[in-house]
Amino acid sequence: MTDAAKAAPPAVPRRPLARDGALGALLVAPALAIIALFFALPLWLSFVGAFRDKAGEYTLANFAKSFELYTTDFLFTVGIVTLSSLLIGAIAVAIAGYLTLGENPRLVAGLRWLYRWPLFIPFIVTAQLMRGFLAKNGTLNHVLIAADLIEPIAAQSLLDWRGIVVAFVWKQAPFVTLLLAGAMASIDRQHVEAARNLGASRLRALFEIVLPQVKGTLLVGVVLSFVTMLSVLSVPLMINPNSPTMITVDIAYRINTHADYGVANALCLASLALAAGGAWFYLRHAVAKAEGAA
Amino acid sequence: MTAGRSWMGTLGVATVLGVLAFAIFGPLVNLGLWAFAERWYFPNKMPSDFGFAFWARVFSERGGAWGALGTSVWIALLTVALSLLVAIPAGYALARLKLRWRGLILLAFLLPQAVPNIPVYVNIARVFYELGLAGTITGVVLVHASHGLVLAVWIASAAFAAVDPALEEAARNMGASPMACFRDITLPLAAPGLMASAIFVFLESLDEFTGTYFVGVPDVMTLPLLMFNASMGGNYQIASITALLLLIPSVGFMLVVERFLKSDVLAMVGR
Repeated sequence: MTDAAKAAPPAVPRRPLARDGALGALLVAPALAIIALFFALPLWLSFVGAFRDKAGEYTLANFAKSFELYTTDFLFTVGIVTLSSLLIGAIAVAIAGYLTLGENPRLVAGLRWLYRWPLFIPFIVTAQLMRGFLAKNGTLNHVLIAADLIEPIAAQSLLDWRGIVVAFVWKQAPFVTLLLAGAMASIDRQHVEAARNLGASRLRALFEIVLPQVKGTLLVGVVLSFVTMLSVLSVPLMINPNSPTMITVDIAYRINTHADYGVANALCLASLALAAGGAWFYLRHAVAKAEGAA
Repeated sequence: MTAGRSWMGTLGVATVLGVLAFAIFGPLVNLGLWAFAERWYFPNKMPSDFGFAFWARVFSERGGAWGALGTSVWIALLTVALSLLVAIPAGYALARLKLRWRGLILLAFLLPQAVPNIPVYVNIARVFYELGLAGTITGVVLVHASHGLVLAVWIASAAFAAVDPALEEAARNMGASPMACFRDITLPLAAPGLMASAIFVFLESLDEFTGTYFVGVPDVMTLPLLMFNASMGGNYQIASITALLLLIPSVGFMLVVERFLKSDVLAMVGR
């Protein structure tokens, strides 16, 4: 900055910061109040509720009971959500990578048009879609039989853990792809061009030049998906409600059938604990980004 | 040799695209078939009869689709109104004003994204039950709005941040009051982004299941709950028809969304 620019008075005299700050606080307050009442408070009640019995005494019995009844479901949940997250990440890298490095403009345009269809389709509709598609007499089996890939007798319903994974990946992969393709489009093309000119294959350019630059975005997308899938109720309830199932189904069952908020909250706490590491990473990344943008 | 390889490569990519197209449209086609199927028994590839009989049933007095659609739209409109009412000031403050504890405030608006929301719904349902808000439209709107306003705050903040401050300063220099400047300059310029956030909150509310399932049951019957009940009751035709109704706004929005929003803002939503 030159001295002349420094000396020039700002066009509008800035109001004193204190007033600005008070106005800002006033404008933010209603939104913060709603979050405090309808997000933070219930979350706190979940913490407290997990350690209380029905009479209100503090206890660890809820955890003991959860451990005894739902260890399998907890592991089942971890397995499904982890597997889905990995598949989502892999598919997102493949699609976004081709969108960024693909050389046939028509195929790139086709893929760009294609991949995003499930983007805003809600989980509950996805669950219904898969109930039809993956059933024994669903379109998937009919097409596999017609293409001679399986024998009619081998047709089986995929509406178990596989159905949940398919539904999660179908719904969430476009979301992470969209994020990742956006990040990849904004990196400096010169490095990629240079590597390609030096003879690097597109696959190598993707993994050694493009991906390291968008690692943060990929992780954020996968973490957000992980957290989201952890609390989806409709998909496991509609595709695979029988044991072993996901803990969201158990939580609904403890409440609807036994009004047992203690065990339900202990299970809630377990899913919060699962999400904690990812959430911490996401929040650090997002706050840094938002502060940087301001 | 290179030409041959690239031809093979194109063929390979085209095959993968074909499989992907089947993976994406297969479930949608299957739903479409169910929605118009009168009868469909294993192992028939196609329904044995097509027709509109189930549509008539869904939209009849007893089918409840009109009622559920009305309830869903009404809840979504109220949710948009409440969310924007608090999100516009908050978004403006985040984009333009000095804030104390800015990092903490940002954190408060990010946290609901980063935490599984089932503990929140479970416990809010309990609190609402004691307050007499369980099973009421008000209760459901509050739950939807507390979720929707987070999205709305971020989109509104991005929209305000994108308005060129020089335009505001010019207006102020020419004697406009801060309020007039906001009304005549900032707000109209940020309007497309705010519109996008309104549509987003509307869609999120229309599609929301888990919160409504805990808080709204049994008196508030929205379209997703109607679909869920039909599906769990084994009535695939009715479930498919209601699912199709829910699909229309989702797919429509997907097709136009990039005119409104950049992908990093989109990242906040669509859950």
